Amino acid sequence: MNIYVLLKKTFDTEEKIVVSNGQIEDDGAEFIINPYDEYAVEEAIKQRDAHGGEVTVVTVGDEDSEKQLRTALAMGADKAVLINTEDDLEEGDQFTTTKILEAFFEDKEVDLILAGNVAIDEASGQVGPRLAERLGMPYVTTITSLEIDGDTVNVEKDVEGDVEKVLTSLPLLVTCQQGLNDPRYPSLPGIMKAKKKPLEELEIDDLDLDEDELEPKTKTVDIFLPPEKEAGRVLEGEVEDQVKELVSLLKNESKVL
Amino acid sequence: MSDKVLVLGELRDGVLRNVTFEAIAAAKKIKEDGEIVGVICGDGDLGEQAQEMIYFGADRVVTVSHSDLKMYTSDGYAQAVLSVIEDESPYGVVMGHTAVGKDLTPKVAARLESGLISDATSIEVEDDEVVFTRPIYSGKAFEKKAIESGLVFATIRPNNIPALERDESRTGEVQSKDVDIKDLRTVIKDVIRKASEGVDLSEANVVIAGGRGVKSADGFKPLYELAEVLGGAVGASRGACDADYCDYSLQIGQTGKVVTPDLYIAVGISGAIQHLAGMSNSKVIVAINKDPEANIFNVADYGIVGDLFEVLPVLIEEVKQLKVAN
Repeated sequence: MNIYVLLKKTFDTEEKIVVSNGQIEDDGAEFIINPYDEYAVEEAIKQRDAHGGEVTVVTVGDEDSEKQLRTALAMGADKAVLINTEDDLEEGDQFTTTKILEAFFEDKEVDLILAGNVAIDEASGQVGPRLAERLGMPYVTTITSLEIDGDTVNVEKDVEGDVEKVLTSLPLLVTCQQGLNDPRYPSLPGIMKAKKKPLEELEIDDLDLDEDELEPKTKTVDIFLPPEKEAGRVLEGEVEDQVKELVSLLKNESKVL
Repeated sequence: MSDKVLVLGELRDGVLRNVTFEAIAAAKKIKEDGEIVGVICGDGDLGEQAQEMIYFGADRVVTVSHSDLKMYTSDGYAQAVLSVIEDESPYGVVMGHTAVGKDLTPKVAARLESGLISDATSIEVEDDEVVFTRPIYSGKAFEKKAIESGLVFATIRPNNIPALERDESRTGEVQSKDVDIKDLRTVIKDVIRKASEGVDLSEANVVIAGGRGVKSADGFKPLYELAEVLGGAVGASRGACDADYCDYSLQIGQTGKVVTPDLYIAVGISGAIQHLAGMSNSKVIVAINKDPEANIFNVADYGIVGDLFEVLPVLIEEVKQLKVAN
């Protein structure tokens, strides 16, 4: 099976967010593989081990994205592709990323594409389904189980807590939800091997794309931090008094009761 | 240019979800004097639901009824919605940022090669440009986005844009449209209901959430009781789900649901950053925790330091009395 994983690097979840000049400051920030994409990498490795084939991890990013690709290779992926847009694109959105990936996949034989269901930074969750549509493939989002038998695929999908059992077929794109698997940590031998695994770097020229075709359909007008919350009020006294005060505050001050 | 804005309604068990009515209000913000056209996909007679969208402010509703639209599938619904979009050539399209909204709208946007702004929490029009505010980095920052060109297409987060008052004197036309639905590539074999009965967690106005401090599945009983008297829903931290006190369908946080109720009561929750990602934009936050140093107190509007098993019964009684007095 030809298995591909779409991967994005994101801020480490513990990072404090700093905004300057309407931009998120990323100097010195720690980056990780988007947590939902880790489920995708893990599932790709498992499916390859069960059915044979090859796992290729693909990212649209900059030269620093190599680190996250190497981590995926250390987990067990076979090959990596970095589509580096740093020098060519100033801005992009989900349309842009999809267009780049569509061009990349145009001449590929694909059985299965896995992605995270959402990236925890911009959190649009669009690129997976958009790409499937452009490639003419069916897709299932937020999956928690994947069973492949020949061309037949049985999927379990999380729908706001309910579980849908979905029957579909390859080629297929899925986006991964928590609960699908437990992503492995790269082993030391894995990390050593990853250094020698193939990592191909492409630019948009290599995909016969030019900047005009990649003009984003949306623009960011501003980025700002939520207003500092005033320190909350810790109530005092006996439990009964605290509760009475709380109910009164919720009713009269916040007006939510 | 057309001044129509389509609102894609969403049915759950045949009933419109509340976010549909919020989306009508959102559509009015996008084009104040525009025509708001509701769209409902489903099976059987959809007239009653269409009427409901009109009571909430839609000027006209198009229903697409087909046996293959009984259950949501991306292929089926996209065919129906694209067909209506083709007929109407709207200025904008709005839908709730729900499981269905997240699954359907990117496909429609990809087909139309249009932009899509997901998960908006407010909408303003500045110099004829529609500007959407949306949380990013798990609610640690916000961005304002606008569509550069083409269709103004967005999903809105439940519970953020207030619906208009329901008004039965509103009238409007209901049109039913036939769409040939074919080539469904995904088939839903079964649905296992796990989400709790009653109030929908992601749409609830009041959420009572329990953490590890609740100590057991039994420990959640007073939370359910409080939720019932407040007309709210029960949620949980990842810690409580991992410890098997409750089902993962209740999990709130970075890897669970994101909720923005009017009132969020965190009970025995320490307030890990991943949990805050799922609830920090709630309007009023109350924390009940034994540990005065717990991080949750940093985001709470009101805090009670104490044993939840002592506090909750008193709180339940107080709320009951208040409801009687009202």
